[in-house]
Amino acid sequence: MTHVYEVFRQERKGQPLQHAGSVTAPDERFAEIYAREQYGRRQESVALWLVPREAVSEVAGFPDEFEMKYRRVDGYSIKARLREARERAGTLQMAPGAGDE
Amino acid sequence: MSERTDRLLSIADDELVLGWRNSEWTGIAPFLEEDVAFSSIAQNEIGHARALYELAARELGTDADALAFDRSPDEYRSAPLVELRRLEWARTIARHWLYETADAIRLEALKRSADAELAGIAAKIDREEVYHRIHAEMWIDRLLGSEEGRPRLDEALVELWPYALGVLDETLRPELVRRVEAKLGRPMPDADPVSRGTHEEELAALLEEMTVVRRSAPAGARW
Repeated sequence: MTHVYEVFRQERKGQPLQHAGSVTAPDERFAEIYAREQYGRRQESVALWLVPREAVSEVAGFPDEFEMKYRRVDGYSIKARLREARERAGTLQMAPGAGDE
Repeated sequence: MSERTDRLLSIADDELVLGWRNSEWTGIAPFLEEDVAFSSIAQNEIGHARALYELAARELGTDADALAFDRSPDEYRSAPLVELRRLEWARTIARHWLYETADAIRLEALKRSADAELAGIAAKIDREEVYHRIHAEMWIDRLLGSEEGRPRLDEALVELWPYALGVLDETLRPELVRRVEAKLGRPMPDADPVSRGTHEEELAALLEEMTVVRRSAPAGARW
């Protein structure tokens, strides 16, 4: 009896953990060793998460019956408009990246 | 040769030969994940051998490659346990676990050495060996807990037991007996250790294969 474990890998401290692949193993103990050897032996990871595939819930089905193109942001520059809106609302200092300017 | 160099070479030869033996599973291990893991462990062992050869080479005025590849079979100090060719999974796991258990005892002793360089390299090696031991023990638990695995593992452990005793000297041997019996929950048979200093017949063929590139390109092979 084997299980599939999805492996998430963090390349450097502070970065998000990203899906790296999966390992098949009889239990979590084996999976930990296999993940370490497959995704960590070349110093390519500083942290690994293992998630049993059964624990993953899938969200599926994205209907777009009415082609609501106005919901897409392609070709639509919002940076300046967002700034103006934030100024009006007085939330400019709270905006992400506010300290960078 | 100093006692220190002799000690370094014994451990280095064990790690090199076992690394080679374990690498014989690459591509044919029971399943893919295990193939990758066991091959990686084999590479680690060879890395440990290199570090130990480098220390020994400094004292002997040579280099690590010369120690690893240019000696005659009777100059190797490897324990017969690591020389055996047993391409059968239960035996491989039995040998792996017996060796890692003995190696842990040997490294603990080395880490307590007054020689700071020896203690340092032992500590460094041990930080990787931790994962080899976890790997070996999870397999032992797995096989002990299976109807098919247990008798096959038991048979292999009994066959290899005299060889395992031969990895350590008399002072460290009782600790190996204690740890193995504690894990298995039963006494091991009395046995005469198959000690270092003698070699298994299989070693010659291993060295022949291991040194073929070195011998075909004495000036150094390039990739």
